[in-house]
Amino acid sequence: MRRNIITLALACAASGAAAAEVAPGNVAFEVGAVTQSLTGQPGDPVRGREVVGTKSLGNCVACHVNTEMSDVPFQGEIGPPLDGVGDRWSEAELRGIVTNAKMMFPGSMMPSFYKVDGFIRPGNAYTGDAADDSFGPLLTAQQIEDVVAYLLTLKE
Amino acid sequence: MKRTAAITALLGAITAGAAWAEPAEDKLTINGEIEMTTWTEPSAVVEGALPEVISGWHFRGTETRAMQSDDFDNPGMIFVEDAMAAWDEVEGEAGKSCASCHGDVEDSMKGVRAVYPKWNETAGEVRTLEMQVNACRTENMQAEPLKYTGTDMTSMVALISSVSRGLPVNVATDGPVAETWEQGKKLYYTRTGQLELSCANCHEDNYGRMIRADHLSQGQINGFPVYRLKNTKLNSVHARFKGCVRDTRAETYKPGSPEFVALELYVASRGNGLSVEGPSVRN
Ligand code: HEC
Ligand code: HEC
Repeated sequence: MRRNIITLALACAASGAAAAEVAPGNVAFEVGAVTQSLTGQPGDPVRGREVVGTKSLGNCVACHVNTEMSDVPFQGEIGPPLDGVGDRWSEAELRGIVTNAKMMFPGSMMPSFYKVDGFIRPGNAYTGDAADDSFGPLLTAQQIEDVVAYLLTLKE
Repeated sequence: MKRTAAITALLGAITAGAAWAEPAEDKLTINGEIEMTTWTEPSAVVEGALPEVISGWHFRGTETRAMQSDDFDNPGMIFVEDAMAAWDEVEGEAGKSCASCHGDVEDSMKGVRAVYPKWNETAGEVRTLEMQVNACRTENMQAEPLKYTGTDMTSMVALISSVSRGLPVNVATDGPVAETWEQGKKLYYTRTGQLELSCANCHEDNYGRMIRADHLSQGQINGFPVYRLKNTKLNSVHARFKGCVRDTRAETYKPGSPEFVALELYVASRGNGLSVEGPSVRN
C-alpha cells in the first residue's frame, strides 16, 4: 500500500517535470540567447560542474580550458577558455550557447547539446552504427540548466 | 609556422600544456640514409586551405618520432618482413606468387605507393593499393582476396610503401579521377554525426591544438599504414577514417566503400609533396 503511494508520487513528479520541459525542437532563441528555463527547475552548479568535466557527459574540457577545474587533466584548446564566462555572458546567452551554440556563433565547431534533428548520418553514440530509437539530445534539459548554473559561477 | 607560433604565444599564457602542443621542429632521416620531407610548402591542391603541409610525425612525442628513424626500432617493419615472405609465396589456382610476375619487390614496387590511389584504365575505376593487391590476387593468381583492413593486407601495403620511402607523394587529381576526387573533397568538408564535425574542423582548422588528450595533426596519410603504440598493430587508412568518423557520433562508411576510396584519393592528394613514410609509428 505504502509502496503504491510512493510510486504514484514519483509518477506525478515525473509527469510534472515532463510537462514543464521544453522539447529540443521547441526552444525559442532570440539572437542566440534563450530566456526561458528548459525545465522550470533551478540548475544545480555542482552537477553542472560534473557534466562539464566528465568525458561521457558534456566533455566540455575536450575543447575548453577551465582553470577552476585544474583537477581535470588534458583540457583542450579548440574554443576559448571558460574562465570568466559568467562575467562575459548573461544566463540567457549561456543557455543559448550550451543548447545550440550555432545560433550564437554561426558555423561554430561547438556541438549542439540540445538538438535532435538535422544531422548527417547520425550514429548510435560512438558505435559507428546508425542511430536507433534510443537517439536523444547530447544532454538532458536539466543537465543544460545545471551546466548554465555552473558557468554562471565562473567569475574573474 | 607563422600561425602555429601565434597560437603558441596565445596559449602559452593560458595553459602549461601548450608548451608541447606545437608540431616539433625536427628532421627525419631513416636508417641514417633516407632523408624525408615531413614539412613542406602547400601544393595547388591545398593552396589557400593550408599554409604548410606537415606529416603526422611532427605531432608525436620525441620517443615515438625516434622509433621511426631506424628500422630495427620500428615495430611496423616486423609486418613488412612477414609480407616479404608472402610476396614469394605461391597461392591460388594459377600457381603464382607476387614475385612470379613482379620479381624483386624493391625494384618493381619502388614509386608505386607514391601515386596511389590511381586510375585503372582496364577496370575503369579508381583503385587504392588494397584494391590493386586484391585484383592481382583474384585475377592473376586466382587466389582468395585478402580482408580489406586485415593484417595480411595491411602488411603487404606496408611492404609496398616501405620501398617508396623518401619519394614524394604525387597523386593525380585530374583527368579520369577528377569526379572521384571532387566527391572525396565534399566528404572531407561534410560535418557528420551528432557532433557535426568534418575532417576539416579537426585537421585543417585546428591542427597543432589539443583536443582533450590528443594533439591534432593534419590527418595526412603519407605515413600509412601506421604502427600504433595504442593498439600495437599496423593500421590501414580506411580503419583510421572509420575511427575518426565514428568519433563524430556518426554512422561510418565501410572500409573499401566507394566513399572511403574517394576520401582516400582526396586526403592523399592533400599530402602531395610529403615523403612516403609508411610504415610509420604513431601513438
Ligand atoms: C568540439 C569543440 C567544443 C566542445 C566539445 C564545446 N565547445 Fe564551447 N566553444 C567551442 C568553440 C570553437 C567556441 C567559440 C565560438 C565560435 O565558434 O566562434 C565555443 C564557445 C563557448 C562559449 C563562449 C565562450 C566565450 O568566452 O565567448 C561557452 C560559454 C562555451 N563554449 C561553453 C561550452 C560548454 C559548457 C560545453 C559543454 C557542454 C562546450 N562549450 C563544449 C567549441 C566547443
Ligand atoms: C573530433 C576530431 C576529429 C575529426 C572530426 C576527425 N579526426 Fe582524424 N584524428 C583525430 C585525432 C585526435 C587523431 C589522432 C592525432 C592526430 O594524428 O591528429 C586523428 C588522426 C587522424 C589520422 C592519422 C594521422 C597520422 O599521421 O597518423 C588521419 C589520416 C585522420 N585523422 C583523418 C581524418 C579524416 C579523413 C577525417 C574525416 C573523415 C577525420 N580524420 C576526422 C581527430 C579527428
